[in-house]
Amino acid sequence: MSSNETAPTNYLNADYGVRSWLFTVDHKRIAILYLIAVTFFFALGGLMAVLIRLELATPAGDLVQADVYNRLFTMHGVLMIFFFLIPAIPGVLGNFLIPIMIGAKDMAFPKVNLASWYVYMAGGLFAAWSMLHGGVDTGWTFYTPFSTAFSNTYVISTAIGGFLAGFSSILTGLNFIVTVHRMRAPGLTWFRLPLFVWSLYATAIVQILATPVLAITLVLLIAERAFRIGIFDPALGGDPVLFQHLFWFYSHPAVYIMILPAFGVISELVSAFARKRIFGYRVVAAASVSIAVLGFLVWGHHMFVSSQSPYAGVIFSLLSMLVAVPSAVKVFNWTATLYEGSVSWETPMLYALGFIGLFTIGGLTGVMLATMGIDIHVHDTYFVVAHFHYVMVGAVLMAYLGGLHFWWPKITGRMYPIFWSKISALLVFVGFNLTFFPQFLLGYLGMPRRYHAYPDEFQVLNVLSSAGATVLGVGYLIPLVYFFWSMRYGKRAGDNPWDAFGLEWETTSPPPTFNFPATPKVTLEAYDYTGRAEARLARTQPVRSSP
Amino acid sequence: MSTAEPDARTQPVASKLRPWGLAHHFESLSQQQDASYFGMWIFLVQEIMFFGGLFTAYIVYRTANPTAFALGSDSLDLTLGAVNTAVLIGSSLTMALAVWAAQTGRRRTIVVFIILTILLGGVFLGIKTVEYGHKWHEHHVPGPSFHWDGPEARGVQMFFNLYFAMTGLHALHMVVGMAILAAVAVWAWRGAFTPGNHNLVEGLGLYWHFVDIVWIFLFPLLYLLGRHAG
Amino acid sequence: MSERHHVTGLAVYLAVFLALMVFTAVTVWASFVHLGPFNDLVAMAIAFTKATLVVLFFMQVRHASRMAKITVVAGFLWLAILFGITLTDYFSRGFLG
Repeated sequence: MSSNETAPTNYLNADYGVRSWLFTVDHKRIAILYLIAVTFFFALGGLMAVLIRLELATPAGDLVQADVYNRLFTMHGVLMIFFFLIPAIPGVLGNFLIPIMIGAKDMAFPKVNLASWYVYMAGGLFAAWSMLHGGVDTGWTFYTPFSTAFSNTYVISTAIGGFLAGFSSILTGLNFIVTVHRMRAPGLTWFRLPLFVWSLYATAIVQILATPVLAITLVLLIAERAFRIGIFDPALGGDPVLFQHLFWFYSHPAVYIMILPAFGVISELVSAFARKRIFGYRVVAAASVSIAVLGFLVWGHHMFVSSQSPYAGVIFSLLSMLVAVPSAVKVFNWTATLYEGSVSWETPMLYALGFIGLFTIGGLTGVMLATMGIDIHVHDTYFVVAHFHYVMVGAVLMAYLGGLHFWWPKITGRMYPIFWSKISALLVFVGFNLTFFPQFLLGYLGMPRRYHAYPDEFQVLNVLSSAGATVLGVGYLIPLVYFFWSMRYGKRAGDNPWDAFGLEWETTSPPPTFNFPATPKVTLEAYDYTGRAEARLARTQPVRSSP
Repeated sequence: MSTAEPDARTQPVASKLRPWGLAHHFESLSQQQDASYFGMWIFLVQEIMFFGGLFTAYIVYRTANPTAFALGSDSLDLTLGAVNTAVLIGSSLTMALAVWAAQTGRRRTIVVFIILTILLGGVFLGIKTVEYGHKWHEHHVPGPSFHWDGPEARGVQMFFNLYFAMTGLHALHMVVGMAILAAVAVWAWRGAFTPGNHNLVEGLGLYWHFVDIVWIFLFPLLYLLGRHAG
Repeated sequence: MSERHHVTGLAVYLAVFLALMVFTAVTVWASFVHLGPFNDLVAMAIAFTKATLVVLFFMQVRHASRMAKITVVAGFLWLAILFGITLTDYFSRGFLG
């Protein structure tokens, strides 16, 4: 990374060398460590997806055999969920922005923050080790008794990887909660917090309360497989449905660990590029917390076709539909924010608008799946696959990329090429829909998920999907190239290239090690563009957004 | 490459008599202490949920096998279990007194009470080892060598699955706690803690009490549930 | 939050310790009395009382901030959600007959 003679000291050039990065406790440098790591695991998981889509281009199982295909989709799921989606936005954008957005010098526990990255990397090593030795074929859900009694693959090491990734996620959540509670700058009341902070706070609640249940479940799974301490194996008197209960008690809220930070990013983007305060700020903030809470009450909708009692199923079905209410509130409020806003079509905004559309489709198909009658028809078909990819990729990944494009000038101090970034945003949107919309149709027509071969009549839609995946892949590669390029050759971005509102735009780009020359005092409400304009007028000279 | 002359803007806010032991990113000792106390509680909440998964399994399987669980429970040594409960509660008292000593700035007393806590924890684990040994000789340890004379052998084995999982995980938490206690005792001896700055002692105290609470529930659930039947 | 730095007196610690020991004796004694389904209830009530004593006095939550109290309660509330909703499944399976 070059810094010419005039560059002021910032977190990037404050120190040099590998040691200064690997032993850093600066939340911004830790965010960069996460950025490198999640990008690596995303690429690895993406490679699996490429092989899956290649195999599915033809009806016959000609590229890989069933057992290899099982490992491909399992490793794709494990890598993407535990090592990309869950840490991506909190680990990269959250770590970088939370202390800056609340006017603090660092996280409450900087060493714990670094430790969480190391724990995450240790988990990644276990997952990578398992992969190199042949992978796992249980599906990312590790359902028993297959995973404990029958599978001949590396279940234990992968489960340890998941356990460690979960522990890292707990430490991150712990840090976020305490930081938001205890480190806010003077004047920054709860209802002046940026919505990104609110959503990460809600995420942290889920991380703290849900992840440990996954951890103990994986410990019991490992004990059952290694020592025959049978808690779930029916041959030993156990109940496999109990495993599903404990697993989904985490893994359904985990969806909100992924999507809530994405909501936060979109709130920031929509507000910044509509030049308006978010419509119904308090309601959007409360919606994040209520999604976090409601998310704990709905896990059984993953188990409608297990031997779960149908009465419990009805309750889970009704509660699941409740989650749609705060989610819809958010979508409506973003739309209402755009209304009569001065909307500009910058790259991050393209991602945000794409997010709103794709999340709406993902969310509404979720309500369909929460209906027991429909779920039993399309359970374990590509309809489900399409639904969660609309939420996980269409929404979360779009938000992550949107956020990265929005804050990249703050993170690196450099601007990426605008033209190429808009091209890639369009490619991602088109490629995504081409990949996954046909899968809704495939699922509805009855194509089951997790098979490497399929009847001939499904080929047209599968070829469309594989073609879309190619476009999507190109859409992801372009930013990878120009982000690297921009670190050296990009235009200097200035402190506030979007003229956006928020404490992060008031410090220099890239920020100094302790974020601000002095602890800022906050006097304006969040996204108060009007108030900022008045303050600027009052001062006759161009100044920063809030005093 | 610049030779990075320290810029005024990157320097920490000038220290007007920054108290000793105050980390760079906090404004005051009380903010630091609040953050540490609160952070430890958040950690304990995740511990509650961690053990919660096991307790869920316990409830589900006990509801399914009430007789077997009573039989398994009756085969445990109640005297040893009750003594251990008393020992662990005693260690909680000494831990609380170590925190009290830190709050009131008694350096030697902190060390004494921490060592007492470690010793009582050692007694607990010693008794636990004796109990595990008995179970091993009686072939009550789940696995291929498990043997149960009488009815409901499968249900009883499930009881012992949970008995070993729960008490084992609890013991593991104690071992970790004792290791950290030993380190903290050394720091306390060197005078690392003051009445205004003893977050480590206080946080460790919370952790130790939590481990005690887990046992307070494990004791009746594992040792007492079948007594009135026999 | 300065009230949190309140120092609990030695007498309080000793009293709580004695109460915990007495409750331990009571719960052992009660487990030998035939109370039918109430045996479990009594044992759990005593365990809860003991845990509450430890939380309030040894862990000093009595003098902690409101936020710390909410955190403790939230922890146990979520435990209840985990137990409660899982059990709705197991207990309603019999309804099918």
